[in-house]
Amino acid sequence: MIIDHPLLGPRDSSEFVYLGDAALIDRPDWQVENAAEAFYDYAYLRGNPAGEHRELWFHESGDRSWLVVTRNTVTHEISKVELARDVARAQGRSK
Amino acid sequence: MTQGNRLSGGQIDRNTTLSFKFDNRSYTAHPGDTLASALLANNVRLIGRSFKYHRPRGLLTAGSEEPNGIVELRTGNRQEPNTRATTIEMFEGLEARSQNRWPSLKFDALAINDRFSNFLTAGFYYKTFMWPAAFWEKLYEPMIRRAAGLGSLSMQEDPDECDKGFRHCDLLIIGAGPAGLMAALTAGRAGADVILADEDFALGGRLNSESFALNDGAAADWAAQAVAELSALPNVRLMPRTTVIGAFDHGIYGAVERTGDHLASLPAGKPRQILWRIYTKRSLLCAGATERPIAFENNDRPGIMLASALRTYANRFATTAAQRVAVLTNNDDGLRTAADLHAKGVKIAAVIDVRPDAPINHDYEVLRGAQVSDTKGRLGLSFVEVALADGSIRTLECGALGVSGGWNPNVHLTCHQRGRPVWNDDLAAFVPGTDLPPGLSVAGAANGAMSTHGALRSGAEGAMKALDLKGSLPDLPAAEDAPASQTPFWYVQGCSRAWLDQQNDVTVKDVKLSHQEGFRSVEHLKRYTTLGMATDQGKTSNMGGLAIMAELAGKSIPETGTTIFRPPYTPVPIATFAGRMKGKEFHPTRLTPSHHWAKERGAVFVEAGNWLRAQWFPLPGETHWRESVDREVRQTRASVGVCDCTTLGKIDVQGSDAAAFLNRIYCNGFAKLAVGKTRYGLMLREDGMVMDDGTAARLGEDHFVVTTTTANAVSVYRHMEFVRQCPFPDMDVQLISTTEAWAQYAIAGPNSRKLLQKIVDPEFDISNEGFPFMACANITVCCGLRARLFRISFSGELAFEIAVPSRYGDALMRRLMTEGEEFHVVPYGTEALGVMRIEKGHAAGNELNGTTTALNLGMGRMVSKKKDSIGSVLSEREGLNEPGALMMVGIKPLNQEDKITAGGHLMEASGPVDAAHDQGYVTSAAFSPTLECHIGLGFLKNGGARQGEKMRLVSPLTDVTIDVEIVSAHFVDPEGERLRA
Amino acid sequence: MRYSGFKVLKEALSGHKGWKPAWRDPEPKAQYDIVIIGGGGHGLATAHYLAKVYGQRNVAVIEKGWIGGGNVGRNTTIIRSNYLLDENEPFYEFSLKLWEGLEQDLNYNAMVSQRGIINLIHSDAQRDAFTRRGNAMILHGADAELLDAEQVRKEYPYLNFDDARFPIKGGLAQRRGGTARHDAVAWGYARSADGNGVDIVQNCEVTGFRIEDGKCLGVETTRGFIGAGKVGCAVAGNSGRVMGMAGIRLPIESHVLQAFVSEGLKPVLPGVITFGAGHFYVSQSDKGGLVFGGDIDGYNSYAQRGNLPVVEDVCEGGMALLPMIGRARLLRMWGGIMDMSMDGSPIIDRTHIDGLYFNGGWCYGGFKATPASGYCFAHLLARDEPHPTAKAYRLDRFRTGRMIDEKGVGNQPNLH
Repeated sequence: MIIDHPLLGPRDSSEFVYLGDAALIDRPDWQVENAAEAFYDYAYLRGNPAGEHRELWFHESGDRSWLVVTRNTVTHEISKVELARDVARAQGRSK
Repeated sequence: MTQGNRLSGGQIDRNTTLSFKFDNRSYTAHPGDTLASALLANNVRLIGRSFKYHRPRGLLTAGSEEPNGIVELRTGNRQEPNTRATTIEMFEGLEARSQNRWPSLKFDALAINDRFSNFLTAGFYYKTFMWPAAFWEKLYEPMIRRAAGLGSLSMQEDPDECDKGFRHCDLLIIGAGPAGLMAALTAGRAGADVILADEDFALGGRLNSESFALNDGAAADWAAQAVAELSALPNVRLMPRTTVIGAFDHGIYGAVERTGDHLASLPAGKPRQILWRIYTKRSLLCAGATERPIAFENNDRPGIMLASALRTYANRFATTAAQRVAVLTNNDDGLRTAADLHAKGVKIAAVIDVRPDAPINHDYEVLRGAQVSDTKGRLGLSFVEVALADGSIRTLECGALGVSGGWNPNVHLTCHQRGRPVWNDDLAAFVPGTDLPPGLSVAGAANGAMSTHGALRSGAEGAMKALDLKGSLPDLPAAEDAPASQTPFWYVQGCSRAWLDQQNDVTVKDVKLSHQEGFRSVEHLKRYTTLGMATDQGKTSNMGGLAIMAELAGKSIPETGTTIFRPPYTPVPIATFAGRMKGKEFHPTRLTPSHHWAKERGAVFVEAGNWLRAQWFPLPGETHWRESVDREVRQTRASVGVCDCTTLGKIDVQGSDAAAFLNRIYCNGFAKLAVGKTRYGLMLREDGMVMDDGTAARLGEDHFVVTTTTANAVSVYRHMEFVRQCPFPDMDVQLISTTEAWAQYAIAGPNSRKLLQKIVDPEFDISNEGFPFMACANITVCCGLRARLFRISFSGELAFEIAVPSRYGDALMRRLMTEGEEFHVVPYGTEALGVMRIEKGHAAGNELNGTTTALNLGMGRMVSKKKDSIGSVLSEREGLNEPGALMMVGIKPLNQEDKITAGGHLMEASGPVDAAHDQGYVTSAAFSPTLECHIGLGFLKNGGARQGEKMRLVSPLTDVTIDVEIVSAHFVDPEGERLRA
Repeated sequence: MRYSGFKVLKEALSGHKGWKPAWRDPEPKAQYDIVIIGGGGHGLATAHYLAKVYGQRNVAVIEKGWIGGGNVGRNTTIIRSNYLLDENEPFYEFSLKLWEGLEQDLNYNAMVSQRGIINLIHSDAQRDAFTRRGNAMILHGADAELLDAEQVRKEYPYLNFDDARFPIKGGLAQRRGGTARHDAVAWGYARSADGNGVDIVQNCEVTGFRIEDGKCLGVETTRGFIGAGKVGCAVAGNSGRVMGMAGIRLPIESHVLQAFVSEGLKPVLPGVITFGAGHFYVSQSDKGGLVFGGDIDGYNSYAQRGNLPVVEDVCEGGMALLPMIGRARLLRMWGGIMDMSMDGSPIIDRTHIDGLYFNGGWCYGGFKATPASGYCFAHLLARDEPHPTAKAYRLDRFRTGRMIDEKGVGNQPNLH
């Protein structure tokens, strides 16, 4: 596969390491009331659609960016690639 | 031996004669021949035996779809089983042998299977060999296995190299027949970067096999001119002998170039084959079509071939399979074979045309509305029995029969991403569907454009469309444009031992039985009968089986479906996929800066991931590794030792949020760590398990140096980047891995400070007061060389770790050895390192096995509840905090002589020994020269409360049972006085 | 109809007229006691044991395509019970014992061949870990044998002992491990279940569940509604999709695993070998093909096909271990979809919906588990309580922290 890195252009997917569901960005607050349940959900119940999937890839043999890749799990077609940090910030994550 | 079946003309170089051997008999051939054409020229029809019945087999085709003519090529460690004679380019001295026969090709003992074929029907083995149960492995299966298989491996390492490479282009054209050549001309003239790949050594496809003209000249001449023009274009790369094997995601194609298979021997350093990954946005499949046979009784005798193959052999290779040939056809294309062979002087016994209205020919007899009812000839065809239109039977004498059942477009690559082909009624064949791999389009016969004109035109159009070229079509050469519609004719009614898959011996009867027993889906048919599972993957057999199943089920062929075409298009040597990544080059080897020094010292090395680390340093006279390791431990503990720990992961952490960041990464606190101090850190995964441990040294307010274990250096760095970029994107912190940038050495033992003081520049105070336990600093050594010094200890001794830029690692090690002579400094390897950490009770890889928690390690209280750190929430789950959880303990034998077995299990002192009574297990064990007995670390249920308990250590696997005592894991200096000295 | 050598003989002499379809092709009934979704190995085995052991015969197996078309038809056929953990080893040993009697149980020759499996050892730490595992196997009543390098060399002299990047230092052998003919396993179970009255309904895709008041009443299918007292789902590779229709999220990701077969070769490999320093394992089929595989591609996928990097990685492992296979040709590659669970171990459990049961999460170890998985799922469906060997395979174990993690890589499915 080829991942069109937002900074570096098209790169072979073998330069990357896969993590999974981009929802892993949304790490729960450790102090919420039902933190245990929230973390269970976060760590174990990841999205697994047959179709479009937003997922995290790490450019390990490259610039060490984490990317959010929108990829179809049936056709493997990639429709969007973003820097995970931009996505995280857009979702309101900070420190 | 003369080439008795040579004809005139052809594209062979008669000026050169090559000699070759088949089954140890010598023959001659010419450059331009394949092994197949050369065998035919020498009147050799019998080439192999079939898989199950060991029936005699000759060539069926002239191309890579060949199911029958497969041989063992070359000798010795280059022996190559199952090689298709039709694809072997002739070279001087070629040696090939028939396979799957014993004692000889002409007399094969297992041909007896053919007599029992009635018992050996499809799937018979599922119904028998069940009684008595023990006989399957002892008798039946060994019998079946001995008979199975085709060619044999040499059992030796292949001496030749293969290679890998990457190529990029605007347009990849797959197949260099009329469509592919015309496409390449169109695209090449327009300036596009084009790769034109073809599996054959001669580009031109069917143009080289046909007698008709393009413009005013021979088709092959036009092909040669086109190739010449393309060769002259700098933007076109021609890749003959290159099979595009698969269409993978995002326009990546696998291609195998056979760079050396046509040579008698490889030039030094040259690869035999190259696996190319070709990256392209656009590709055009011009893979042509494959002729399909017709099934009739005993249609598998040597000499019965595809009609188009006979034409290829005659026109391109100037050879015929026999001097007297008949043709069976249901379409006009088959008639060309008779005409071409006749023109070359081969006697045509008759044309058997199943069509009642077949065109008449005055040069030879055409039997209209006739069919082949049977054939004769033990090791090769001698007679064909023809059922004439009037019902009478006529016997024709002939040595070869060309069979044409129409053509199937080669749609394989269009299906590699699980698209399905669609049925075309006019052609009575599957053509590419609409669900193609993105960027791929199809032209020529592969797309159903069966005439030469149609192929040329669709090739040009395909290239223009793929590249979005404007303007009118280029001039096309004048070429035949015969209509291609046909009425399918799959098999002769009433036949039963009529072969569909000739290699695997699947007959019409087997398909009928499959249907009768309910195996009716195409996948069931394939799996039950093995149809299409031979080395040709059903290129000539699948359609026939499918058509018969459709008829039996009363469905249409498209309703019946197709099996899935999978890569590779033709089989690829495993060595080609591996390239040079084999032997010692299987994985890269990482060497530390002092590797060469260690090698000079005679170190024994061990693999640690991709690193090579010194395991111990034997001295002359030491005969057992334990002698060396014990000495290294004793000398370190008594005076001073030096160990290369460069392989530990090192991560530089900088930024105003560096401390806050590490507070998240480690479960214990880092926010309050003073500058100039180092702290042990325990890192959890988000699921609460221990991920790694190491130290973090605060070199400045906003600068930390983190170390990781060797094994987890990469994954910890990745994890830290994740935390920094994903959940906490606004933290002001930057990371870089500096594992390779710094050479790092542990200097341990009571004299370590004295040794260091000899090299540390005098302005730095490293006394116990000035540089206490867990201190860290940027310093200089050896008159100004910058270094980092950490007072940390893995051995339990007074110890330091010193890091210098990698390029000084070797020099520093040599200097430490020289300066340390007065202290009898000893270099120690990973074994002594391991012994000392077990003596000290430090957890390492064997304990940090991914299933242990901080609690298990006795560090449960390190997990801070006062802050957010990765893993802290999930570490509190009930299952991870049950009373009686495993805790790390020390283990000592009661009998000093007994050895502790790592991997042994702990049982109570008395009672049953079984899984239900399992109390824990030993993770690490070593002989402790300090305690002068074996010791171990392990995990024990409720281990924290069981010190002093006598238990049994059992290892039934190695037949060990010993009595042990549970002790503190800190065998040496439990109070930590030494390391603070 | 009973299969036997005698029957084959008789049919051969009478023109094979007497063979009947191996299973019927029934129309689905309106209501069953138990409906099993998925006509793969596990679903068909469940039906067989339900009928034969638990006396449940009003059962249907519904399959969207053709039976045996999922992972039971696209695996590398290895059977073994060489597990480490208490939660796993008894289950897989139970499975191996069922394999050992399978032909006689089913009256179908699934070619269970106990030709032995050896996991190679390349480091001291690996030896320690394998020693612990071998001991656990023996303590659970299975067989295990620790080999040193010389012993491995005696059995497999042509492994790379002399020029290896990661030298072979020994192996953990299980002699009772081996292979079975994968398709025949599905067919044998199907035939037996059918013979005991189970309806096997092919080309019948589940499109939804009918759930009222927290109870599952049956399944909507492309062939209409089928009512059921209980519904068991065994659809490896599609677990997320199917259970999603019931609104259930699973601790599972779907990943593609490729497998490979070479052209037929005269016998060279007597047993199964796994390379401990690369991603490669291999055996040789009775037909002569080297059947081999390696790691999953590593990204979520439902595509049943993989990409070149893993093909190369696996072949590199093959060449590193077996330099002699260089000139053997890879004939075919294919991909199957694995339910990669969050701890690498399976799930056989009730769901929070009354009457809906789940079997899945087999990662790439489902084939060897087929008999025990079927047996234990049948037990759960028939008795409404877990079978003793499968009691740890709970759906809620991730919430409670009772993971069963053989590899120790945690909640990262693609690393299991």
